[in-house]
This record gives sequence, structure tokens and C-alpha cells, in this order.
Amino acid sequence: MSTTEVPTNGRHAMGLPMKRKEDARFIAGKGRYVDDIVLPNMLYLAIVHSPYPHAKIVKIDKTAALAVPGVKAVITADDLAGVNLAWIPTFHGYDKQMVLAVGKVLYQYQEVAAVVATSREAAADGVELVDVEYEPLEPVVDPFVAKTDKTLVREDRENKTNHIYHWEVGKRAETDAALAGSEVKIKERVYFQRCHPAPLEPCGCVADMNPATGTLTLYMTSQAPHAHRTVISLVTGIPEDKIHVISPDIGGGFGNKVPIYAGYVCSAVASIVTGVPVKWIETRTENLTTTGFARDYHMDVEIGATKEGKVTALKVTTVADHGAFDAAADPTKYPAGMFGICTGSYDFPIAFTELDAYFTNKAPGGVAYRCSFRVTEASYAIERGMDFLALKLGQDPAEVRLRNFVRKDQFPYATPLGFVYDSGDYHTTLNKALDIIGYKELRKEQAEKRARGELMGIGISTFTEVVGAGPSKHFDIMGIKMFDSAEIRIHPTGSGIVRAGTKSQGQGHETTWAQIVAEELGLDPLNLMVEEGDTDTAPYGLGTYASRSTPVAGAALAMAARRVREKARKIAAHVLEAPEADVEWIDYKFQVKGVPSKTITMKEIAFAAYTNPGPNEPGLEATYYYDPPNLTFPYGAYIAVVEIDKETGYTHVRRFLAIDDCGTVINPMIVEGQIHGGLTEGYAIAFMQEIAYDENGNNLQPNFTEYLIPTSLETPKWETSSTCNPSPHHPIGAKGVGESPNVGSPAAFVNAVMDALSPLGIKHIDMPLTRDKVWRAMEAAKTP
Amino acid sequence: MKISVTVNGTAYEREVEPRTLLAYFLRENLGLTGTHVGCDTSSCGCCVVLMDGDRAVKSCTMFAVMADGHEITTIEGFKSGGKLHPMQQAFSDQHGLQCGYCTPGMMATAIAFLKTNPNPNEAEIRDALSGNLCRCTGYNNIVKAVLQAAAELSAPAEPVAAS
Repeated sequence: MSTTEVPTNGRHAMGLPMKRKEDARFIAGKGRYVDDIVLPNMLYLAIVHSPYPHAKIVKIDKTAALAVPGVKAVITADDLAGVNLAWIPTFHGYDKQMVLAVGKVLYQYQEVAAVVATSREAAADGVELVDVEYEPLEPVVDPFVAKTDKTLVREDRENKTNHIYHWEVGKRAETDAALAGSEVKIKERVYFQRCHPAPLEPCGCVADMNPATGTLTLYMTSQAPHAHRTVISLVTGIPEDKIHVISPDIGGGFGNKVPIYAGYVCSAVASIVTGVPVKWIETRTENLTTTGFARDYHMDVEIGATKEGKVTALKVTTVADHGAFDAAADPTKYPAGMFGICTGSYDFPIAFTELDAYFTNKAPGGVAYRCSFRVTEASYAIERGMDFLALKLGQDPAEVRLRNFVRKDQFPYATPLGFVYDSGDYHTTLNKALDIIGYKELRKEQAEKRARGELMGIGISTFTEVVGAGPSKHFDIMGIKMFDSAEIRIHPTGSGIVRAGTKSQGQGHETTWAQIVAEELGLDPLNLMVEEGDTDTAPYGLGTYASRSTPVAGAALAMAARRVREKARKIAAHVLEAPEADVEWIDYKFQVKGVPSKTITMKEIAFAAYTNPGPNEPGLEATYYYDPPNLTFPYGAYIAVVEIDKETGYTHVRRFLAIDDCGTVINPMIVEGQIHGGLTEGYAIAFMQEIAYDENGNNLQPNFTEYLIPTSLETPKWETSSTCNPSPHHPIGAKGVGESPNVGSPAAFVNAVMDALSPLGIKHIDMPLTRDKVWRAMEAAKTP
Repeated sequence: MKISVTVNGTAYEREVEPRTLLAYFLRENLGLTGTHVGCDTSSCGCCVVLMDGDRAVKSCTMFAVMADGHEITTIEGFKSGGKLHPMQQAFSDQHGLQCGYCTPGMMATAIAFLKTNPNPNEAEIRDALSGNLCRCTGYNNIVKAVLQAAAELSAPAEPVAAS
């Protein structure tokens, strides 16, 4: 491959649509995912799941399973109790969770036993023959029923209640007073359904205990390898230097690969006991029914406004369904994550939000599914709320937004719920979107269609996201501060290796991280190898989720590169025989001030660092741990145009325009790809997906024939554009983008459908807006 | 049971259990891990391979014994003469992949499709790929990649040896 195929825009590497370096192995079938790892004498682990959502375990009989040829062991909670691993703490440390069911099962498909065998098939045969006797109990599947404490989900807890916690932020009394005094008020309940990240590669691991060295190597689908190493050490007591986590290529994560699951723990225990490697790869059904779900928030949105349409107050009251354990993956001090972002892009003089979380007999989770810790729920609440308000006022939803946006001159802007927005220009971004989509013409067309009885809708969502957790004074997970790191080593010939504490799952870090460093150092990005995911070699970091990689590790990379550059300046001074103060970094090389003929490139300095460093320390490398001073606040203006078939309830998304402002763009091709993917997941949530349970606690979407993933047929053609207001506190001005489209788009879709249905008097339908739900709502609207 | 199967041009004779799926035979018996498994219900298409050159099959929905006497091509066999298949090049050029997990099956389906329809329009491509799921890209760039590959494959032929 040529080293000069990168196009230029006057800059060296930043902002260029460089093709991805990682593609070479993926298009050749040479990626290395966890199930591709095969070690000598490896055993296979498979899991026995509960058919009941709530039941006492009377007896587990392993006899028949152990008689299967090849089955080596059957593990139950009793065995794990022997090594003090029957329970492990949940991520933020406020609750504990069963690894395998202890005494009773708390949700359908809960892990009850694990079978270890010499082959995948023998393990599966063994699972069939583990005989578990259950005594079914009444399940609690509705958080509003859980609230009554009539049936207790968690008898193990000291507090005999299903109530987990209350959380609030803002000023209650003043907000209530402002709402009461408002000329116009809306109060509506919206439900953000339980959904699942469902990456195409399921979760899995290979645990490999080396009995000679006492080192446990864990190849695992981990979005946060270092955090997992530390947690495993804290929980098991194995010294952290004897735990080696390797996160190989990951086939999508979307938050699903942040928590620690039963399969990982059981495989590690099995490998420690047997002294040989043990592989566990979950099935799709196991993935959808037991691993981290997302959302499940019932939100009451109240907005007050003047009769002219200026907002006066916001209150959001939420009931959260957490399932059987409080396993939500949120920073320790933020049990409801960043839900306080619910004031969105609007200048509310006062606001209050509170949330109560409950246990139910459903799978645990509450992960940030392509979302920065509950920001998707919050954005949905406010963006639906603004449309309810527009409807009540009889005003255009675009006008209501433009009237209430935080203005450009208000940044940095302190919200009433505690965030300080870094930068933005919401008016320009929405106006650009209205222009590109031809909003006025669309409204005219809609009026004509309505006159003919046709259902056309236009939906707007102008969200503000909060990402880049986070500043260590506020953000930690089990006490570990949420900074991130980078290490750069430049080799004598001017190539190098770049390592970070993050872990790509498809985001393209091998390319974008190289671009950041190349830009800072004037080196060739194609000759900067990026490595992540190996805890023995990468510097410590908290991993990739919640759009934190670019805001935190991206900053660390730029700062580490600047450290390398400062060292290079000393060597340049030595080689150029000039005082260091006279050596300037101009046009991606060093030059003696005022002497354009006396220059030296970084590549030449690299060689000198190892051959002729002069009085300077030899070598050319640096490490940087970056603690961000603030979060970053990407935002966007999205517009959906839909047509609804009156006969079938089918919604056709005719157009969808996403304008994103994520600050400085590192690679526009990758950013656009991220937006396409996030919009598609948002479309899935808006129209297709829900992990629903029936009243008996049965999971109704345990595979891809029920839990639908959009195909190429349904997926709309996406239109994208951008504005750019760099983050003032980030070294390169980047804000993060991967989750914005998933955060912002569900409300745009729903607003469009409700706009289309408004002539029928239909105000709201909860997601997913499947054709039968829409059809039923239209039928119900016909009856007077 | 004993089967004879040609995979990526190499003939194999192997003993397999009757219940072994073709996907696991390829991955675990032959070490061709480019073929992936993403669901248990024949829904996702990560496992699609080519049978007898022009038929896209879901290898998780076939037993290995059903491949007896057939030729299978997996992603490891798409290259020819040391050169990437135009489909492989197009996926990279058009940013038609992110995590890479669906890519082998997606490309196999697309390669087979272009053999039946060398000059497809976008709607036809979307229809043809609807049995392959992707969670990362939103398909827009995959469609572009297939259009690029189609254009390249149907470009006025340089003289080539008959195959």
C-alpha cells in the first residue's frame, strides 16, 4: 500500500476521509474475534437457564449430565459459594448480583448451572440433562405493581422492599410553583421501552489459567478491559498482575459488552479448577434474554410556558424498571446517569427531575445502549415534550424550538440541572436543517395532503447530548476515576506504535487515533500502528462506551503527542545547533526561527533520538493520562418525513436528515458511517424493537425472529450534514459522535408519526410504532 | 460420517458428526474462522458462504454432510491471483463495514447476487441483501459498495482466460 494515498486539505491528517486501516483484515476474513480463539486442551462451557421468571429452586440433580461422555463438571451456585463467587457486586457497587441462581430464580432465562465439557456438543447435551426442580412463585413484571411491595423480588436484601433508590436533581418547590403559575401547561406520560443492544457478535470468553505461573488470561468481549481486570481482581482476590485481559476484535458492542456476565465468571472458575482453557460463547437467545438490556423508563413530562410559547419550567418524574438486580452501568455518583440533560437544548429558567427505581422479575441491566448513560431517555422525554407543547400552543414545532433554544451568546451555559454546556449554535443548526429539507414546502405539501385525507408527518428533534465521562471530581466506576490514557512510541525510522485505554468495537480507532497523532507530529498515519484491548500493554483506561473515546482518550492522544513533540524540539535544537527557544514547529516540521532553510522533520528527529540525541535523554516516547475539565455536549437537528398507509398502519420514512455538530471532525467518512449506523438503530427502536414480557413474566422476544433488526429493505436512505462548533476545552475541539444519532432520532421518528396522525386526534403512541399499533390507534380514533 | 468437500479450491476428506453444522465444520474443523455465527435462527446471515460458486447459503442452516460432493467458497477464498475480489475492495472503499462481523456473509450474498443480476439498481440490491443483518453501517454504504463492485465486474472485459 502506498503511503501517500491520503488526500490533503491543507492539514496533514486531521479531518481527512482516510480509508480505514483495520479493513484489511476484516475484508479478508482475518479478523480475530473471541470465538476464533482455540487453545490446546480447551473445554467448552454451556449454561442451564430457568424457564420460570420467579421460582424457588428445590433441587439440582447433576447425575445424568455428568454421565454424558465428555462432560467434565457441572457448576452450581453452591460450587461458586465455595470460592466466594456466588454473588458479585454490580458495577456501581450499590447492589450485588447472583452469578448462578442462589436459592431462587428471579427472571426467566436466569443462569442456574454451567456445564463444562470437551466439546461444544457435549456441553449442550449436558445442559439438557441437568435436572432442576422448581417451585414457581408469583412474578412481579410491572414496576407500578412492584411499587406496592406485595410480592418481594429480592428477599436477600436487608430492606424488604422492591424500591431500589430515589434520585432527584433541581429545585422541586420552585419548579412546582412555576408550573402552577404558567399560562400554558402540558403533562404527558411517555414510555421508553425495554430494548437490547444486540451486537451481531454475542458475548463470550476464553479463560486460560496457567497453573505454572498462576496467571489468568481472559480473552473476552470487553468494552472496558482494564476496568474488568480491576473488578475481577477486587472480587476474586487474584493479584491484578496475575490477570491478563485481552479484548480481541469485537463484533459490535453498543453498551452490551460493558457488564460482567455469569459466563465469564463460570469460565474463569472452571479454568482455575481444571487448569485448562475454557471457552464460553453465548447463543443469540442467551444474549437477548440475560445480558444488559437498556431503557425501560416510564416518564411523566411536564412543561410550563407563556401563551406566546416561551418555556417557564420543566419537570420530569420517572419510574425505572431495573429488573432483578440493580446492574445499571452508570457512574457511581449518577444512579440515573446523565438524565439531568433532560432540559435539552432549551433555556428553562427552572427545572426539577426525580426518579424511583424498582426491582421486577425481569433480566437485569440498564446499560447505556449507544447512549451516554440515560441521555437517550432524557432526550426522548424533552423532544416529545416540546412537540406536546407545540400542539397545545397551536404553533409550529420548529418555531417553538427556535423560540426557546439556548442562544449562542449564552455559552458556556449552566443548565438548571447542573451541567455547563461547552459550545453550540442551535439556531444555525436547525435553520440549516429546515433549509436543506425544504421545510416550508413540506408543510405546504402536507396541508394539501391533509385536505385529501392523506397522512403525512414531519418530525423534528433538536437534541443536546452529554458525553465524555468524565471529570474525575464527579465520575468514577467503583471508585476508579474515569480518565483515559495514551502512550506513543516513535521508532527510529519514524514509524510508531500508539496505545490507548479504549477499545474499538467497529468505531475505527486504528485509523482515527493514528490521524490524531499524525496530525500533531507530522508523521504518516499509515505507519502509526494503533493497539488497544490488551491490559498488559495498553495504558490504563476505562474503555469505550458512552461516546467517551474521542472526548477522553482522543484528548489523551493529542496531549501525549504534544509531549513527544516537546521532547523532539530539544533534539531538533541539538541537531540544528540552535537554542531550543529558537526552534519553531511550522508546517509539520521544526524550523530555526527566521531561517526557512534550517528545518528538520519528525522522521529525521526520530532517527536522531536513537542515534544522535546529544545531551538529551535518548528515545522518543510519551504517556499521558487525561482528566477532562468538563464533559462535551454534541448536538444536532434531525428531521423525519413520513407517510402512513391508512389501510395498514405502515409508516414509510420518506426522508430523514441528520445535521450533527460534534465539534472537530477527525475523519468525516467514519463520522458519517457512525451516524448512518446510529440512525438505523434509532429507527429500529422507534418502529420495531421491544423486549416485552407477558403478565406471567415470559420474555416475548428471545431471538431475531421476534426481536427485529432492520434489514436493508426497511432502512431508510440517510441524508447527513454538519455544523462545527468545536469544544473549547478539548485539545483538538472534538466532542464525540457515535451515539448522537441513536439519542436524537427516536423522537424525530415518533414526532413525525404523531404529526401525521394528529388530524385523527391521536396524540401519542408508545414505541415501537409497529404497523399494528398504529393501525389499532387509528381504529380506536374512529370510534367516537 | 465421512464427507468429501472442496473448500476454497482445496479438496478435503473429513469425518464429521451428522449433527455438525457446516458453519462449525468450516470454523472448527478447517480453521476457516472468517465465517461467523450471529444467531440461532437463520436470521442474521453472518454465516453465508458460496456453494458451487454461485449459490449463497447460510452455513448455520446446513449440516456439513449436506456439503458432501460440493464446492464451498468462504471469505478466505474470495481473493484470486493475490488480488482482492472487487467486492472486498468496494467494501473498504465505500466504508461498507465497521465491526466486520457481518462482512463475510454480506459479501458472499452480494457476490452471488451479482452473478444473477450483474447490473442491479439500488432497490434490487436492498432486496437481495435483506437476509443479511448489519448493526453498524445502516446499509447505505453497503449498497454503494455493491454498486461499485457491480460496475467493476461488468466493466468492458479485458481479455481473460476462460475459467
